[in-house]
Amino acid sequence: MKKQKLVMVGNGMAGCRTLEELLKIAPDLYDITVFGAEPHGNYNRILLSPVLAGEMTLPDIVLNDFDWYRDNGITLHAGKKVEAIDRVRRTVTADDGTVAEYDRLLLATGSTPFIPPIPGNDLPGVLGYRDIADTEAMIAAAQAHKHAVVIGAGLLGLEAANGLKLRGMDVTVIHIGEWIMERQLDRVAAGMLQKALEDRGLKFLLSRHTEALVGGESGRVAAVRLKDGMTLPADLVVVAAGIRPATGLGESCGLHVNRGIVVSDTLQTVTDPRIYAVGECASHRGVAYGLVAPLFEQAKVCATHLAEFGIGRYSGSLTSTKLKVTGIDVFSAGDFSGGKDTEEIVLHDPAGGVYKKLVVKGDRLIGACLIGDTADGAWYFRLLKDQQDVREIRDHLMFGESSLGDTGHAGGNKAASMPDSAEVCGCNGVCKGTIVKAIRENGLFTVDEVKKHTKAASSCGSCTGLVEQILASTVGGAYKPTTAADKPVCGCTDLTHGAVRQAIRDKKYLSIADAQRGMGWRTPNGCATCRPALNYYLISTWPHEAIDDPQSRLINERAHANIQKDGTYSVVPRMWGGLTTPNELRAIADVADKYAVPTVKVTGGQRIDLLGIKKADLPAIWADLGEAGMVSGHAYGKSIRTVKTCVGDEHCRFGTQSSMRMGVALERMLFAMWSPHKVKLAVSGCPRNCAEAGIKDIGVIGVDSGWEIHIAGNGGIKTEVAQFLCKASSDEEVKQISGAFLQLYREEGFYLERTVHYVHRVGFEHVKQRIVDDLENRQALYERLLYALKDAPDPWAEHVADAAKKRNFIPIKLDMPATAETV
Amino acid sequence: MAHYQEICALEEIPRLGSRVVEAPHGDVAVFRTADDRVFALDDRCPHKGGPLSQGLVHGDRVACPLHNWLIELNSGEAVAPDQGCVRRHEARVDNGRVLLRIAE
Repeated sequence: MKKQKLVMVGNGMAGCRTLEELLKIAPDLYDITVFGAEPHGNYNRILLSPVLAGEMTLPDIVLNDFDWYRDNGITLHAGKKVEAIDRVRRTVTADDGTVAEYDRLLLATGSTPFIPPIPGNDLPGVLGYRDIADTEAMIAAAQAHKHAVVIGAGLLGLEAANGLKLRGMDVTVIHIGEWIMERQLDRVAAGMLQKALEDRGLKFLLSRHTEALVGGESGRVAAVRLKDGMTLPADLVVVAAGIRPATGLGESCGLHVNRGIVVSDTLQTVTDPRIYAVGECASHRGVAYGLVAPLFEQAKVCATHLAEFGIGRYSGSLTSTKLKVTGIDVFSAGDFSGGKDTEEIVLHDPAGGVYKKLVVKGDRLIGACLIGDTADGAWYFRLLKDQQDVREIRDHLMFGESSLGDTGHAGGNKAASMPDSAEVCGCNGVCKGTIVKAIRENGLFTVDEVKKHTKAASSCGSCTGLVEQILASTVGGAYKPTTAADKPVCGCTDLTHGAVRQAIRDKKYLSIADAQRGMGWRTPNGCATCRPALNYYLISTWPHEAIDDPQSRLINERAHANIQKDGTYSVVPRMWGGLTTPNELRAIADVADKYAVPTVKVTGGQRIDLLGIKKADLPAIWADLGEAGMVSGHAYGKSIRTVKTCVGDEHCRFGTQSSMRMGVALERMLFAMWSPHKVKLAVSGCPRNCAEAGIKDIGVIGVDSGWEIHIAGNGGIKTEVAQFLCKASSDEEVKQISGAFLQLYREEGFYLERTVHYVHRVGFEHVKQRIVDDLENRQALYERLLYALKDAPDPWAEHVADAAKKRNFIPIKLDMPATAETV
Repeated sequence: MAHYQEICALEEIPRLGSRVVEAPHGDVAVFRTADDRVFALDDRCPHKGGPLSQGLVHGDRVACPLHNWLIELNSGEAVAPDQGCVRRHEARVDNGRVLLRIAE
C-alpha cells in the first residue's frame, strides 16, 4: 500500500511529541515531512530560562536532534517558514518556495509573544522571549550593555529578568497589575516572591503603564518612558506581556479561528478534518493552553487518531505552574483565589519565606499556591486533578504527603534540596544525581520513563513520591503527574484498570485472548504487566467460568512456590491459624532430610518455610507433604496468605475469646482465595493483641462482648494502622463481615493494590456503607465470595495428580534417545 | 555439539511458556510463542543470572522473573534501556517435534 503523506508545520514540543506518539503505534503509515521556522531540531522550550540564567547550555535542551529525524525517515525543512496552505490542492508552500503535498496536515505553530502597540516597539534591542534566537540575543546584549527593562511580570518575564540579572545586567521589571504573577499568585504570595527577587537585586515598578520606547543615537533602544512621566534607561527591552496563538497561517487558508485554531476533541480542525492542530496554536473548548503538560495529552490523542485507531478523546486539562528561578520555589494550580463556598487553609511564615495556601471546597482541594516550599506541589496537583476526597486527611493536608508517610525512606519531601549523592531508591541503589542526569539526557517526562531508565521506584515503589518530586523539580511545567486511577494498565492499552474491570464485567470476557481482542490491545498477547492483571480480573469477575491461564501468572503462582535469587524455590505448607501437629512436623522434618533442604525457617506468618529447593523436586515434596494431610500455604500468591492467631482463652489467662478457633475458621473459609494483592489476617483473643492484628488487611480482636474488626492495615513498606470498621457478636458474623470486605476488595481493587491503598482510593466511608450500613449488600458480597471459593482445589495436589502439569517442573535431559518419553 | 537433537514434542512446551533442557554447559530455556515458533537461550538473564525459563513470555520476548528485564527471544539481546545479551541456540519445529542445536 502506498504510504499517506503527513506534513507537520511547526517543529516544536507539541508537534514532535505527536510524531513520537504516532511512530510508536503506527511507524509505517505515513511519509512524514516537517517544516520548522527555526534552524534547529526540536528543543525543550521550557528550559530556555535555565539557559539564559547560565545553568544549562543549548545542547542540554535538545529533545530531537537531526539524527532523530533521519533515523525515523522524516524529511525535515529546518529554517523554512510555511507561508501558504492550499486546501484544495492539499499543498503547503514555504518562504523559499519549497512545496509539499499532504494527505493529512498537522499544524503545531505554537504562539508568538504579544508586543503591545506602543511607539518604538520595533527598535533594535526590543525582544520578545520565545525561542533560541531571542535567548541568544539576550545573552549577547547582556555582554555588551548595562540596563535592561522587562515589561510584564508573568512567569516568562520574571524568568527573563532573573536570567539577565544573573548575567550582570541592571534589571527593572515594569508591570501593569497591582502585584506580580497575578494569574498564578494571590497578593500575599506575590509580595513574598517580589521580596525574594528584590533581595537578588531586581527592581519592580507595579501599576505602571509603558508609554513609549525611545531610540538613542545609535538607533538602538535607549530608554523606556512611562505614562506617569518617569523615564528609565534601557539598552535591552524584553516584552513579556503574554503570548498569542500563532494562527495567521490557519486563518489565511480559511480555518475557523477563535483565539486559537478551533479543534474538536480529536484535535481535528472544525473546518477541515484533514487538518489537525495541537499545542499552543489550537483552541479546544474555548481554551488555548500555554503550558506543556496539556500539549502532551493532546499529542497522544492526536497520534491515535492519525494512526486511524479512532480511540481516545481529549477533554481538556487542568494545569499547574512552577517558576523556574533557581533557589525560589513557586507553585500554583487550580483556583487559588478562593471565593464563595470555599475555605482557605493558610500557613504563612514571612521570616522563613514560606507561604502555603490551600483552597478547599466541600471535601475537595480546588487550588494551591505555594512559595518557599513546593515539595508537595505534585501531590496537591494530583489531589486536585483526581478530585480526591480530602476530608480524612484534611488535618494533615497542609503538612504534605510525607506527613501521611507516603514518600518512603530517603528523607521525605525535600527533593529539591537533596544532594545529588543522596540515595533515592533503596531497592536498586539509585541516587538523586543519576535520576536528574537521566531526565536531562534522555528528555524524560513521566515517572514510568524514569523507572525504565534508572530502575528507581521500579521495585517496592515506596520512593515513587520522591522520584515524582525530583522529576517535577527538574522538568518544571512539563511534568505531567499520573495516578493509578487515570494511568493505563500498561503500554499495551490506553485503558485504565477501572475501565478494564468494567469491560470484563459488561462484555463478559472469559479468556485473556477475547478480552485483549475486544478491548483493542495493541500487542498480540500483552506483556508481563497486563497479562497477570487481566487473568486476575477474569477469574475474580467470572469465577468457575473464566479460563485461568497459568502462562499469564508470574512464576511464583505458576510454580506454586516462591522463586529465590539463585533460581531455587521455597515451600511453605499451610498451618491453619498457625496450629500444627507432631505428625505434620515429622513430615516436614522428613522432607527436609530426604531432599537435603538447606534452610528451614519459621516465617512471620506462623508457619514453616523450606528454602533452597530445586524446581524439579517440588512435585515430589508436595506429594510427601500431602500424604501427611498438608496443602499449599499460598505463600507465593496474590492471595490469602496467613491468619495469625494468639493463644486465646483456651490457654491464656487474659484471653476473652477463642482466637485460635476463629483464626482457623477464617483461614479455612478463605483457602485458595485469589485477590488483587496478598492478604493477611490476624485474630487476637483480647485487646492486648499479641497477634498484632493492627497491621493486617483484616485484624480481628476479641473483646468481652464479642469481636472488633479492623481493616486495611499494613506492616510492610510503610506501617499503616488498620481502621476500626465495626463490632461483631458471633464467629459467623466475623466470617460474614470479613468475607464481605474481602469480596468488595476482590471486585473493586486494582491488581497489585493492597487493601490499604484500595481503601485510601475509594474512601473508608465507601467501604463502611457497603459492609456495615447495607446488610443486604453485605450478605450478597459474602455469598459471592463463598460461591467463588466453592470447591477450591489444593494446587499442590492437582499437580501431583496430573502428569502434564507435573511435566513442566522436570528438565529435559539432552543426551536421551530421540524418541524417549520426557514425562 | 554441532547437530540438531530432538528434545520433545511441541505440545510438551506450553504456549507462551518454556521448558528447561539440561545441556553440558548448563541449562537452556526453550520457549514457544503464541504462533508455535520455538527459540532457545541460555537459561541465565544477563542481569543477575535469573532463570529466563521461568519468566512470562509475550510477543517474541520474555520478562525475567527476578527483575523484569525484557529479553528478545530471537537474538538474546536485552530490550533498551537495559543492556546485555544472552547466548542463543538454534531451535526449530519439525513434524511436531522440537529440535535443538547447542551453539559451539
